[in-house]
Amino acid sequence: MEKQTISGKRKFYIGTLRFLMYLSAAITCGLVLFIVIYVLIKGIPNISWELLSTQPSYIDKSIGILPDILNTLYIIIAALLIVIPVGAGAAVYLTEYAKNKKIVAIIEYTAETLSGIPSIIFGLVGMLFFCEFMNMKTSLIAGALTLVIMNLPTIMRTTQESLKTVPQSYREGAFGLGAGKWRTIRTVVLPGCIDGIITGCILSIGRILGESAALLFTAGSAHVLNGFFQALGDPGSTLTVALYFYAKERGEFGVAFAIAAILMILTLLINLLAAFVGAVFKKRRKI
Amino acid sequence: MKKKKQLFETIIHGVFLILGLITVGSVLLITIYLIISGIPAIREIGIIDFLFGTQWKSTDAEPSFGILPFILTSVYGTAGAVVIGVPVGFLTAVYLAKIAPPKIKTLVTGAVGLLAGIPSVVYGLVGMLVLVPGVRVLFNLPDGANLFSAIIVLAIMILPSIINVSVTALESVPKEYEDASLALGATPVETYFKVSVPAAKSGIAAAVVLGVGRAIGEAMAVIMVSGNVANMPSLFQSVRFLTTAVASEMSYSAGLQQQALFSIALVLFLFIMLINATLNFFLKRSKED
Repeated sequence: MEKQTISGKRKFYIGTLRFLMYLSAAITCGLVLFIVIYVLIKGIPNISWELLSTQPSYIDKSIGILPDILNTLYIIIAALLIVIPVGAGAAVYLTEYAKNKKIVAIIEYTAETLSGIPSIIFGLVGMLFFCEFMNMKTSLIAGALTLVIMNLPTIMRTTQESLKTVPQSYREGAFGLGAGKWRTIRTVVLPGCIDGIITGCILSIGRILGESAALLFTAGSAHVLNGFFQALGDPGSTLTVALYFYAKERGEFGVAFAIAAILMILTLLINLLAAFVGAVFKKRRKI
Repeated sequence: MKKKKQLFETIIHGVFLILGLITVGSVLLITIYLIISGIPAIREIGIIDFLFGTQWKSTDAEPSFGILPFILTSVYGTAGAVVIGVPVGFLTAVYLAKIAPPKIKTLVTGAVGLLAGIPSVVYGLVGMLVLVPGVRVLFNLPDGANLFSAIIVLAIMILPSIINVSVTALESVPKEYEDASLALGATPVETYFKVSVPAAKSGIAAAVVLGVGRAIGEAMAVIMVSGNVANMPSLFQSVRFLTTAVASEMSYSAGLQQQALFSIALVLFLFIMLINATLNFFLKRSKED
């Protein structure tokens, strides 16, 4: 049999595309590696116990980021406490209660719209509505509520996906045993969607951690050490907002890189956690 | 007893309905607030002067509020980011979906996920200290904070959206299509680009539109590398985007100036709504394919 050959033109086409694909993948990976390593190398030497455990002092001319760390933590807790019941509840409504197809379509369409709106617009409307109209002033709670709206679609989507994996026969079984709708949801449906809620939480934490534009005008930029409830009513900057101010307004690049390195490590951990949790849930579902 | 139970179920149903409608309420709230607060300044300035005025001097004694520089900067910046980001993202997606061995695929997908998770201020910071000086030296400019630097940062930031959505689209191409092409004597690479990619074109278009949305809405990374002066856009000049115009003046603005910032946000919002509608169109078509 004669050996089949392909023409030079085809060889060139295939070779070029193959080369471009490898090049693109290499560029993507190279960029990630460069950014991660650069930030860690520039940032880690600037992280000190003093930086992590103090607040900024004009008298000593020292900078500490403890208030920013706490504010980030507070805002994550406050936002999650509100967004989980609302988002999961909305998902339960969509999959368990809604019979009117139009309402479902409207809710799903608005959720999609919400996830496409840029964070600067959330920040602006959050400022107008929560800070001014609801009279919350610039405060962590106003920032947290803005983030609640931003993260609603995420929690809704992940919860809905896991609700779909709860077999219909479970619900029918519960109804057959005489349970009402609510009792069925509480005892059979909700336990089945815990993995969706957890996945949604991890994704939301990642998003809140990296958010800055929505918080600039809603939560403000103070660096004062406060307890949880005191802090909610006061302005306070999260790590990202602090990074922005130290880099852009004050030229304190050492501190900025220290914060960037902390954010980078947390982002890495969250991504690994999300991948791990996803794998565990997938395995559990197969059994 | 039965009536009481029924009432209870109705209340619960109502509670869940309200939770479901919060999303709808939020979108309405955002839309109404932007329209109400955005209209007054446009009326006072005049829609033509506002949209097509080339001078933005919000703090002068005789202020002028023309936002054409911001609109054009956002359009050019987004277009530039798409021109650079889409080919790289698209080719990476084809590699990941069709060629990469499973282990490398997991690794690269993880890296792309990380790229999506990096906070935008970190992109801004790295851009400020690596890209801006680099552009200054490379092109021999007095300052490297310009439209070009912003385009590069945006191109990197939209990569994850483009890659992830394209990979999903390419993976859902029926295997029979590819098998048929291979059986007819096409090589694998030819099959991927002449059969798989056209079959997934709606999904890939959706990926591009999603990238456009991300790029036009980005504020914090861009504000740190674009120089932030309200010039008409030019590749190597300091520029201001729609998003950064809002972000940079909001904290100290008042009166008509603040209202004009709300109007800019309204214009940005209209752009986003247009992009969302396009995105939905392509997503729907890709589901039908």
